[in-house]
Amino acid sequence: MSAFNAIGEEREIDREEFTPGIEPQPTWCPGCGDFGVLKALKQALPEVGRTPEETLLCTGIGCSGKLNSYLDSYGFHTIHGRSLPVARAAKLANPGLEVIAAGGDGDGYGIGGNHFMHTARENHDMTYIVFNNEIFGLTKGQTSPTSPKGHKSKTQPSGSAKDPIRPLSLSLTSGASYIARTAAVNPNQAKEILKEAMEHDGFAHVDFLTQCPTWNKDAKQYVPYIDVQESEDYDFDINDRGEAQDMMYEAENVLKDGTVLTGRFYVDDERPSYQEEKQSLGEMPEEPLAERYFDDDYEWERSYDLLDRHK
Amino acid sequence: MADNELIWRIAGGSGDGIDSTSQNFAKALMRSGLNVFTHRHYPSRIRGGHTYVEIRASDEVVDSRGDGYNFLLALGDSFARNPKEDAYYGNEEVKPLSENLDDLREGGIIIYDSGLLDASEIPDFEERAEENNWHVFDLDLRSMAREHGREVMRNTAGVGVTAALLEMDLDEIENLMENAMPEKILEPNLTILHEAYDMMVEDYEFEHDLRIPTGEHDEEQVLISGSNGVAYGALDEGCRFIAGYPMTPWTDVFTIMSQHLPKFGGISEQVEDEIAAAALALGASHAGVKAMSGSSGGGFALMSEPLGLAEMSETPIVLVEAMRAGPSTGLPTKPEQGDLEHILYSSQGDSCRVVFAPGTPQEAYEQTRKAFEMAYNYQIPAIVVIDQKLSGENQNVPASAFDRDPNPSLGPTLTEEQLEDAPHDPTGKFQRFSHDDPNDDGVRPRSLPGQKGGRFLVTGNEHNESGHIEEDPDNRITQMDLRMKKLESIREDLDSDPETSSQTYFGPDEADYGIVTWGSSQGAVREAVERLNDQGHSVKAIGVSDLMPFAETEVTEFLESVDEALVVEMNATAQFRGLTQRELGQFGEKLTSLLKYDGNPFEPAEVVEGFEIQIAGNEEAPTANTRLEPAVSD
Ligand SMILES: Cc1ncc(C[n+]2csc(CCOP(=O)(O)OP(=O)(O)O)c2C)c(N)n1
Ligand code: SF4
Repeated sequence: MSAFNAIGEEREIDREEFTPGIEPQPTWCPGCGDFGVLKALKQALPEVGRTPEETLLCTGIGCSGKLNSYLDSYGFHTIHGRSLPVARAAKLANPGLEVIAAGGDGDGYGIGGNHFMHTARENHDMTYIVFNNEIFGLTKGQTSPTSPKGHKSKTQPSGSAKDPIRPLSLSLTSGASYIARTAAVNPNQAKEILKEAMEHDGFAHVDFLTQCPTWNKDAKQYVPYIDVQESEDYDFDINDRGEAQDMMYEAENVLKDGTVLTGRFYVDDERPSYQEEKQSLGEMPEEPLAERYFDDDYEWERSYDLLDRHK
Repeated sequence: MADNELIWRIAGGSGDGIDSTSQNFAKALMRSGLNVFTHRHYPSRIRGGHTYVEIRASDEVVDSRGDGYNFLLALGDSFARNPKEDAYYGNEEVKPLSENLDDLREGGIIIYDSGLLDASEIPDFEERAEENNWHVFDLDLRSMAREHGREVMRNTAGVGVTAALLEMDLDEIENLMENAMPEKILEPNLTILHEAYDMMVEDYEFEHDLRIPTGEHDEEQVLISGSNGVAYGALDEGCRFIAGYPMTPWTDVFTIMSQHLPKFGGISEQVEDEIAAAALALGASHAGVKAMSGSSGGGFALMSEPLGLAEMSETPIVLVEAMRAGPSTGLPTKPEQGDLEHILYSSQGDSCRVVFAPGTPQEAYEQTRKAFEMAYNYQIPAIVVIDQKLSGENQNVPASAFDRDPNPSLGPTLTEEQLEDAPHDPTGKFQRFSHDDPNDDGVRPRSLPGQKGGRFLVTGNEHNESGHIEEDPDNRITQMDLRMKKLESIREDLDSDPETSSQTYFGPDEADYGIVTWGSSQGAVREAVERLNDQGHSVKAIGVSDLMPFAETEVTEFLESVDEALVVEMNATAQFRGLTQRELGQFGEKLTSLLKYDGNPFEPAEVVEGFEIQIAGNEEAPTANTRLEPAVSD
């Protein structure tokens, strides 16, 4: 189909292809964890074998939302909290695209929390990266849904009375089929995890710990981190829901005390993606819907029977 | 008032099958050669609660419910029968009879199901019947239905009795029942139909003179609602993606689309909320599929965010706003035209959208197609405004009125070959938001994700030619002007062919007085204009559909040609009059408003009466349920 030649192209992809030549330079603060995500993503994408042109990166609003400005691919910088619904429809409309959504913890777990829960539930075949810096960055340092209890900020001067969100556990109960946590300070692991997430056939959620040296000075820089797959101390079956759940619960608890557990927490390769479920019900065409509009042989005139039942 | 008309009202409890029965009966009347219009009244309750459907049938054109009615079939509310719930339902059971008497015309017919209803519980029923010369038949339809099938088949018995009383052939009715019913329930229903018919003919004397009108169509007709019109317009125009969240009355369009889309190779998504719904439509459209979403007032409020994103990112989408009475959840099952300003201006920044408000099911079809055409050709969100009245009311339309040529065009979209020659920035990004305006209409052709050579960024922030965030003042002005220019281009485009104007005119070409209305109030106005002219007044009317960009030339010409005008709309603050004055900057002193916001649509007589009072220079409210608001200068 001539309209989307870029899709499914078989060729070696050069790392530099995802890097804009000159403008724009990232406007993130020096030392910001967001650089780590960008770097890991640029490294992972070529290894997944996707070209910049078959990649669509949808972001929300926040410092994190600017990610796609610095990556050469198709990009839709949406609105606060809404990257997921835009992204998942683009994937349904054209499953040939590699669709990634990204945003901050305020964006993803706060204002967009409802979409997170439902996208995971439906198990859309896409990757979701949440830049978790435990703070609102772009709006200058307010308490976010992942900020620890007692966290003081200008809008919560006496300290937050709320327990933080448990993103991993929330993801699991909502239905994500790939759940991992990594950290910007750990580029190699981050790259591997992003690569797996993109290759995973279903909703892959990566809680990406990113430091915000500007507004969250007290916060840990997420070092030293422990890779649960590498460490002898943690032995659990990532395909087992129950064991994964316990492991996530522990990871979320110990983060409060400064122990950073990263790695893969849950992988379900069996569960069909939403697209597969919909296709098996006959509610989604096998061929990409977007291609129909360029297919001269496609029969558009089947609407004639619409009026019959009204005669 | 058509001289020769039947207005049949079937009343019962919500969930008693009133809808399906009346749908079949209306179709039978249409097939017998009559023009029909159906009006549905129901409470915001799932089961039980007084509800009715009215079918107006005449050999003349009918596009409103008319004034009053002349045949009542009161079936009783079977859901009010639970004795334990007496406390809640009170006198609910007799409501299908008692609540409907006010509008029944003199000499009308009443059939009530004595199996469920007891007329003696209604004070002064006898006197009123006598006074109004009503012909009353108490029939135990419930027992008849029970004997041959199930109690719910009371409906069928009622139709059989109606046919007998009006001397109507059963053929069409049987035919329709055969098509609509599975074998198992068809047999008992047919038995009941005939039993009821024969009983009437054999056991009763008819003294009334109401008979079924006769008429003939010169071409094949279909009976459709505004929701059907919107959905079929979307499908024929190539819409293959819908996302929604249920809300009355938008649910009708959503349901019809969801049932058909898979058959057309399309996708329907019921999602978590309306913000998501509109955002999904954006995502699908961005990826290269014609997409729509929609809601009613409250849900549309949630969509104002993605709607603004569509304006800024220049992503085509079509949204439907099926209005119901507000504010807030308001009257969930009642119509109003109160969301106009919300639809025109919701979302931050200057509004850059197309808004059409069709007045009939046929216009709903045509204007939904037009909305898609404008949205995709100009990369702008387009909104189709209907309301609870238009969405639920059915009307016959000639089948040939539907131009069913498919239109799969996505509008100005470049092929990969064309992208090779398109402007790119030094990083290789396609300049999708180029400052060059190739056709001088504000539209820059787009590429689609997945196309070679088409990479660009799109954002809800102000952006430069490649789509990167950019706050430079000169760039801001250029981008803003190009986006706003699309509205002018659309206006020119819409004006270029008067043949396809969306405005509808009624009455003589030249007249002293004008009536201006919009959306679904059009039907009542059309009929009022006919009556006023018959009474010797000189009146014409315009039904305005193009709300943004506003039908400036047409409305100006219309208002210049009349001495005074009445603006008819269903809201309390004269929103459309305000829009007209604001858009045209004149005519304020010529415009008097006739407003109604009690939850019921205008009846033609209310418009007639309002108009007569306006001419008499009287500012008094014409009826208890409408309000006249005098003209004020600009
Ligand atoms: C509807 C809406 N509400 C609020 C904002 C303001 N806002 C912009 S970014 C942001 C929070 C960003 O925090 P986070 O998502 O954690 O991302 P970060 O900046 O830390 O990467 C807020 C509240 C907005 N743009 N839109
Ligand atoms: S404010 Fe924080 S999150 Fe934003 S760029 Fe600066 S360091 Fe990064």
